[in-house]
Amino acid sequence: MSVKAISVVWPETEDPREKLLFDPRPTREMNNMVLDAMTTTSWRYWLVIAVLVVLVLIGIFGAWGYQILQGMGVAGIRRPVYWGVYITNFVFWIGISHSGTFVSAILRVFKAEFRRPFTRAAELMTSFALVVAGMYPLIHLGRTWRFYWMVPYPNQRQLWPNFHSPLEWDMLAIFTYLIGSTLYLYLPLIPDLAMARDYSTGWRGNLYRIMALGWRGTEAEWHHLKTAITIFAFAIIPVMFSVHTIVAWDFGMTMTVGWHSSIFGPYFVVGAIFSGVSAVVTVLLILRKAMRLDYFLRAEHFDALGKIILVFSAAWTYFFFADYLTEWYGGEAVGKELLTLQARGPVAPLWYLMLIFNVAIPLLTLWNKRIRTSVRGMLLITLGINVGMYIERYIIVTGALSRNRLPFNWGAYNPTLIEILISIGSLSTFVLLYALASRVLPLIPVWEVQEGQLSHRLRRIGRQLAPSVSELD
Amino acid sequence: MEQIGQDEHRWIMVIDLDRCTGCQACVVACHAENNVPIVGDEEVRNGRAMHWLHIERIWIGEYPNVRAKFMPLMCQQCQKAPCEPVCPVFATYHNAVENVNAQIYNRCIGTRYCANNCPYIARTFNWFDPEFPEPLNEQLNPDVSVRRRGIMEKCTFCIQRIRRGRENAAAEDRELRDGDVQPACAQSCPAGAIKFGDLNNPESEVSRLVHSPRGIRLLEELGTEPSVIYLSGGEAHVG
Repeated sequence: MSVKAISVVWPETEDPREKLLFDPRPTREMNNMVLDAMTTTSWRYWLVIAVLVVLVLIGIFGAWGYQILQGMGVAGIRRPVYWGVYITNFVFWIGISHSGTFVSAILRVFKAEFRRPFTRAAELMTSFALVVAGMYPLIHLGRTWRFYWMVPYPNQRQLWPNFHSPLEWDMLAIFTYLIGSTLYLYLPLIPDLAMARDYSTGWRGNLYRIMALGWRGTEAEWHHLKTAITIFAFAIIPVMFSVHTIVAWDFGMTMTVGWHSSIFGPYFVVGAIFSGVSAVVTVLLILRKAMRLDYFLRAEHFDALGKIILVFSAAWTYFFFADYLTEWYGGEAVGKELLTLQARGPVAPLWYLMLIFNVAIPLLTLWNKRIRTSVRGMLLITLGINVGMYIERYIIVTGALSRNRLPFNWGAYNPTLIEILISIGSLSTFVLLYALASRVLPLIPVWEVQEGQLSHRLRRIGRQLAPSVSELD
Repeated sequence: MEQIGQDEHRWIMVIDLDRCTGCQACVVACHAENNVPIVGDEEVRNGRAMHWLHIERIWIGEYPNVRAKFMPLMCQQCQKAPCEPVCPVFATYHNAVENVNAQIYNRCIGTRYCANNCPYIARTFNWFDPEFPEPLNEQLNPDVSVRRRGIMEKCTFCIQRIRRGRENAAAEDRELRDGDVQPACAQSCPAGAIKFGDLNNPESEVSRLVHSPRGIRLLEELGTEPSVIYLSGGEAHVG
């Protein structure tokens, strides 16, 4: 690390030591904070794990197993609404998976210093959300046991999958993203795993020894690691855009009114980042409370993430408005019927709730720093945004299908208990994976925080303490 | 544009709505011919009736001067079918020999994407395993496979009958004549409203009927090029 340039940041009114990077602690102490958070488990933790395991058993093994044995008829989908909650969940979880890449990769590329303590927590969400999202195309298949027919491999049927189908693009995009984001999660984890290895014994010691890949922290190793991380940070961004664009194209490429729209690709990407970043804030708030990470996760971080959410709330509103106005002004009969369904039909309460959660609340509150830095406020706002974004997907998926060009083919859809149990089961799968990982993997990238603290110094200039930042090469 | 059809026939169906009485004989015949399962009251109420062919009733006029019109609806056998490109496993595809929109049941994995992209909502899905209670199991058609749960299906223009007609003609060493191939619905229509035949045969009845000024194709503006032609509006002057 050579110091390239030094810029002096003139102090704001508040104490610069409130910021994590100007408030360094000894390496050993900081390492211990992360290791303690990882190895401490209370009875409450195990109670939560037990409840989650039960919910996963009921939802995934019970309800999904029942559906596989009985047939798709146990779900509420019916002609003409052939896709329901399962596809809604799929789009929702793919959206959540955008958090990690956006928060981590894009902020890393732009060298946003506030990203340092929470990149790992966000990247972990990406991988686990993708695992859950990836379950849904399987759950939703009429013949789940034949899912591998979509995989291109030489087979006795002498048949390749149809690469014209957006579902095929989808599968390839999800696999690419899952592999890419997992590698991107793993690379910055290596130095922290090595740190954990040096402090651990027993099964943990063995596990970390294997996972740390013999990391010793030499100059050459750091050089290779930084290069690899930079390559992945840049490469994963277009993959992230492609994944949700392709998910949107599952809808946009069809002839279905309400789906066939060229704005769907970017609209879905913006929505995904909006809900993903909100979910990061929700998770960070919970982690901070449950694992006592107050030192690492501070007001400044929620302040910065709140600003990102504010911007994406405005962007989502813009896309929503552009889509809505085009449909409404064009005045095509079926499109108009869809808009009437949303404004006055049975889904109207949901539709207005979506506008409140996605537009009204974030845009009216997040401009205020006091709200952005308040724990309870941010928790409620970000949870609300994810409820709103879930409703948005639900209305897009099931609403558009219930109205089509031939009025005698109109229909309605209501989810059944099986669909609800599977949805709860998949949410529990995500939380369970995350809760278990939080006790195995160091959730705070300690080396990144320490690196940031090295480049941030309070320098004495005359009588004043001036915060200064040196740019790391 | 490459040549899709290697077959010299171009199968089309002409349905005269002015003749249709809505008797549903075609629906029953279709169920019997194609082993389409009967799902029972409860599932029908649930919106899961499985008819490859169903009759829509359309009311014309204001009460009390109303009149019902009937419209048999089935897969429109689009030449540019929206259902075909979206299937990830080629279960729904364009049959190059008969030039119809075919469905290979055993390839289907049940994504139901084809059904969402069908503007006619013509496809039906096996929500559960089919049941053929006694004595229905005695009359299953051996020419058509029985579909299990999780599989999409739809009208095939009775492709098994098209093939048999061609094989019979080949066995007798003659050309296929008009009327040799009759799908179950056309065969059973007492009013003679459903006609089926080869558009490439200038002598066929359907070739004559397609020139009727009453002819329309459903949602033709979408450019799907349906092979089903409806004749309607003959009595418009009478009111």
